[in-house]
Amino acid sequence: MTILEVEKLTKTFGGLTANKEISLQAEANKITAVIGPNGAGKTTFFNMITGVYKPTSGSIKLRGESIGGLKPHAVAKKGISRTFQNIRLFGPITVLENVLVGMHTHLKAGIFGTIFHLPGVDKEERIAEREAYRLLEYVGLEEHYNDEAASLSYGSQRRLEIARALATKPSVLLLDEPAAGMNPKETADLTGLIEKIKQEMDMTIILIEHDMKLVMEISDYIYVLDHGELIAEGLPAQVRHDKKVIEAYLGKGAAEEQEAEG
Amino acid sequence: MKKILDQIRGNKWLQLGLLVGYIALTSLSLILAQRSVAAFLLLLLSFLLLYYTKLPNWSKWAIGLAIMFFILPFSAMQGPAYQEYMDVATLVGIYVSMALGLNIVVGMAGLLDLGFVAFFAVGAYTYGIFATAQANNFMPFGTYPLSGNSFWIFIILGCFVAALFGVLLGIPVLRVKGDYLAIVTLGFGEIIRIVFNNMDQPVNITNGALGLSSIAPPKIFGIELLYSNQIYFVVLFILLFIIFAVRSLEHSKLGRSWKAVRENEIAAQAMGIPLVKTKLMAFAIGASFSGMMGVVFAAKQAFIDPTSFTLLQSINILVMVLLGGMGSVPGVILGAAVVTILNAQVLNELTMWFNSLSTAGIITLPDAMSPVKMQRFFFGALLILFALYRSKGLIPAKNVVYDKRKFLSEKGTKKRLQSVAAPKEDEHDHTGS
Repeated sequence: MTILEVEKLTKTFGGLTANKEISLQAEANKITAVIGPNGAGKTTFFNMITGVYKPTSGSIKLRGESIGGLKPHAVAKKGISRTFQNIRLFGPITVLENVLVGMHTHLKAGIFGTIFHLPGVDKEERIAEREAYRLLEYVGLEEHYNDEAASLSYGSQRRLEIARALATKPSVLLLDEPAAGMNPKETADLTGLIEKIKQEMDMTIILIEHDMKLVMEISDYIYVLDHGELIAEGLPAQVRHDKKVIEAYLGKGAAEEQEAEG
Repeated sequence: MKKILDQIRGNKWLQLGLLVGYIALTSLSLILAQRSVAAFLLLLLSFLLLYYTKLPNWSKWAIGLAIMFFILPFSAMQGPAYQEYMDVATLVGIYVSMALGLNIVVGMAGLLDLGFVAFFAVGAYTYGIFATAQANNFMPFGTYPLSGNSFWIFIILGCFVAALFGVLLGIPVLRVKGDYLAIVTLGFGEIIRIVFNNMDQPVNITNGALGLSSIAPPKIFGIELLYSNQIYFVVLFILLFIIFAVRSLEHSKLGRSWKAVRENEIAAQAMGIPLVKTKLMAFAIGASFSGMMGVVFAAKQAFIDPTSFTLLQSINILVMVLLGGMGSVPGVILGAAVVTILNAQVLNELTMWFNSLSTAGIITLPDAMSPVKMQRFFFGALLILFALYRSKGLIPAKNVVYDKRKFLSEKGTKKRLQSVAAPKEDEHDHTGS
């Protein structure tokens, strides 16, 4: 079943076309990868889906409902959550509070209820804290729950971003280069975590990643962008041998060489 | 010496004993000394000591309330400077409330507001206009001035009117960020003052530069509250409510979303936090505290004019927040108290002391060098020193420390968990966009 359907999405910044008529379908409970060289327009694509940029044209549908052009917080509410390429945690507040911020849309406390501690508000808060702690356990950060988010190691910060994104209880999770800057051990752990989220939480995941080993290992389907255009799509095995893809990554010469060898 | 300090640090009963002794000593000296600013200040210092003791929270509050309600008024009552002390204490309460309001805007939500005094002015004029004959000029019904009994309603009214102005300011202004926001809010503050200054024509609403005089004092059970020692308790009740509210908000859903917006707007939005609505809430709540105190200020002074609400005042309140520690509630309370006392009492006393010295012929101090006139210099120097050596303020903001035993052990949460987990389609905060 298709959960997220993107059709002919285009974004231009003045004269520059960052994304040109990109279509994508994310299947339920599958990992869809979006790859491409630097500057291919992958993050722009994510930013349009999550409402940070307004698409110039094209449509985005979540379970058949159009979400194109909605504000980011409204998109989050519809059930799309994301992590960021350059980590965007709330640095000076605690790890647990970061996850609690992710629960924002699910907490009902109003201003008067909060000020006067109406029954229910405190209870709701306890439940949220507990749930946030469970999520930290899930990504393996429960020991640090009272630490400042900025004090975590790089790899842990990436994990915390994932926990925070999960706290919004999304139906689609967008991961923007989750393994960037990680060492091989951390990357392997992360691969396991992403697999676990997919299976245990029935999550639909869309992934931008440069680490080809990770991508080939866990992706169910791959889309390849170059210069803002979709140049190939298919199963990992197909994409791996696609001439255009090799060309985009390694240059024309390499593609011909490989062809001569093969 | 170190050994003794360590022992004090570890033993809370010893701390309690010393604190009680200190309070007894300072309040006694305040009673005995006919007029001693030092004793008064030392007694106020006991709040700070109280803050640093390791006593449980409820007992800290109990001792704090006892000082505020009984010990301080009682020991000040004995001397001839009673009203003077209470006046300072009342001013401290007013400024602490305003600083706590600004702290929400600047410290928690990270929106630099240089025109904060405008909301104070709005509150003050809300009461001022209707508690004098001024309202007769433009109101088609009713007779004015309203009696002092209406003061209590006006506290709430001032709160809402100021909140409304906060939202009105926020809607156009929140499109800009950072430095630009500071400039625009500065402009807003000046606009409000100038508007009040000029709204005597064509219809005389604010009485212009002449100001509003003989504003009705608050009245309760037929008693007019004319003196500072009476107003003090009014301020105290409002202040306690504000501290309670701020404390509740700080670690709530709303407080967290303010901090999230402050730290990273894009990430905050991606977590489902509506940006505009969250910022407007900060403006409105911050402004409402200021508005309430504006009403009290108008009633206390019985006279207001636009010169009470200048840019310098806004900066004054900002200095309190910066000095105390942005985002830190105890810090801001301390900062506001220090600045107000310095302004209202210490500098005056120093000037008087220098004057008496020069009349006695011991030193000669040119008039331009008197401490009162150098007030701005002192604040400037203080700010520079703080920026250099303690940039996070007197008491830096601390994160709440969660106790996992508390939220993990709670019974009956399992079932509720799922109901919270279910996505809600019909939530009510769509309005923010």
